[in-house]
Amino acid sequence: MDRFRMIFQYFQSNSESVMNGICGLLALASVKMYTCFDFSCPCLPRYNMAYGLGIMFVPPIALFLCGLILNRQSLVMLEEWRRPQGCRKKDLSVIRYMCSSIMQRAMIAPVIWIIVTLLDGKCLICAFSSSVDPEKFVGFANTSLVQVQQLLAKVPCKDDELMRNNTSRKAVSRYLRCWSQALGWSILLILIIAAFLACWLRPCFNQVTLLQARHWSNYIDIEQKIFEETCCEHSRLFAHKCILHFFESMRQEMKLHSFSLPREGEGTEGEENLLRDITDKDQVNKLLKMWYYEKPPLNVSQTTQR
Amino acid sequence: MDKFRMIFQFLQSNQESFMNGICGIMALASAQIYSAFDFNCPCLPHYNLAYGLGILLVPPFILFLLGFVLNNNVSMLAEEWRRPQGQRGKDPAVLRYMFCSMAQRAMIAPAVWVSVTLLDGKCITCAFCTSVPVETLGNISHPGLSQGEMKRVLARIPCKEIYDGQELIANEVAVRYLRCISQALGWCFVLMMTTLAFLVRSLRPCFTQAAFLKSRYWSHYIDIERKLFDETCAEHARSFAKVCIQQFFEGMSTDLASARCHPPRKAPADVGEAAEKLLGITDQGTMNTALKSWHRCKPPLHLHPPALPSGNGWAGEEQPPPHPPVPRREMAAYYSRV
Repeated sequence: MDRFRMIFQYFQSNSESVMNGICGLLALASVKMYTCFDFSCPCLPRYNMAYGLGIMFVPPIALFLCGLILNRQSLVMLEEWRRPQGCRKKDLSVIRYMCSSIMQRAMIAPVIWIIVTLLDGKCLICAFSSSVDPEKFVGFANTSLVQVQQLLAKVPCKDDELMRNNTSRKAVSRYLRCWSQALGWSILLILIIAAFLACWLRPCFNQVTLLQARHWSNYIDIEQKIFEETCCEHSRLFAHKCILHFFESMRQEMKLHSFSLPREGEGTEGEENLLRDITDKDQVNKLLKMWYYEKPPLNVSQTTQR
Repeated sequence: MDKFRMIFQFLQSNQESFMNGICGIMALASAQIYSAFDFNCPCLPHYNLAYGLGILLVPPFILFLLGFVLNNNVSMLAEEWRRPQGQRGKDPAVLRYMFCSMAQRAMIAPAVWVSVTLLDGKCITCAFCTSVPVETLGNISHPGLSQGEMKRVLARIPCKEIYDGQELIANEVAVRYLRCISQALGWCFVLMMTTLAFLVRSLRPCFTQAAFLKSRYWSHYIDIERKLFDETCAEHARSFAKVCIQQFFEGMSTDLASARCHPPRKAPADVGEAAEKLLGITDQGTMNTALKSWHRCKPPLHLHPPALPSGNGWAGEEQPPPHPPVPRREMAAYYSRV
């Protein structure tokens, strides 16, 4: 529990960590979704390719968009990009830095989906079983074109009655899976090498610009958070003053209407101040009715004149 | 337990996080309800479509309404919408902002239900099994089947145990076909929803940022103001009740004392705190009378201003005297109807 709490606090410590945390969660979610997803190839000549490639490419797009949506920095970057210049100049390198870091984080979950799909192999087997050269496989070599298309399309379905004990089906399946896994591992290797080179070569170019861009992007993020917090604090104080003002004005109105005597502060208990001269069922009802029918104006400057 | 408490505290730290938390819980609940639900296709020609589409569309509607009900800002929105204008103008942009943010959060659980249903495939298989293209997938030339008969046979596709049309169209072929269509629809739906969410979120800073900041501030303000008003009223009610009850007990003790021809007893200065708290009621009979009085005849909701402390036991009247002496102890006028 302690370890969990430490990890949780670490991730909350700054917004970059939070983004990394969300990124990691999305990557885990993408693997989980793939394992939960019940892949069932249609085993029909034209549908196979559409289904297989669809499963391989449509969820990554959705995951990429999710990664952009869940990342708070993307909003900050857009606001900074679209704001009017005003008194503060816009620095394009900061915006570029933010954009590239957002894109990098958003790309992780889709890439993981594609790699897991390729390493598993089912998608590629489904998509390309009809495109295999039938001459290479004994069972499909000497049949007519239409029939061979139909048979090859059924290769991904192990339980189909035609394919149940067909050794050529297993051969095609193994062949395609081998290609799929080779592709998966190659992509993984290329991406890791690219990431490695980017990390190592980046300090050789424009280190100063990078440091500045990172600092100012962090600053913009923090500034926006603090602005929101200050607005919250301000609205709380505003509401407090407004309500006090309302109770005071109600008290004055009661005094005008009911000739009851003003209580001077001395010698009264704390309760009197809280009651604010509203000591009657009708007065309370009137106060609540006034609150509903005529909310006070949003102007607390008069309280300072009292 | 500790982990839950921490997560709970994090989510409660501000209102928006709390709403996001409820949203996430509802989404997980909707996925869990779907997996716990025992789907039972009726396998009859016209019932299939009704059942399948019903399971696809009715629970999301319920989840959407539930999302609004569980959102405690709904009453705030309704109140702000219906209140009379009074001295404070109404801003339709604020109302729109509140409604949009509530609707967006309420849409997540239904979207999760629809996606999970489509990706699983059972609903679409059940609803559209009678529309399977038998010409391409099976043998339409299978003899002796009228339209109605064929529909009846096809309707049994989801129920493998009673399916008897294996020569017409193989069960696995039809189920695979329908499930493929269903999953394609599901992923398209997911893509469409995420694209919509992305557009809504990213177009806002490009066009209406200033108006957005204003609406957000004032909707937040309305929420805080309502909470503070409730707190202030609760404080007021507490003080009101305290003074009312205090006046009741004092009135009781004064009343009973004057009924027995004793002057009202002033607590001597050196008596301890406990004796003061007894409020003049010091025997069983008096206490019983006080309790009976409280039940039969609660005091009016009217805290009287204090009367002059004079020696003749005048217990105060409706109209207070015109010249207030400087410090006075508050005494209630209690009219016993016992």
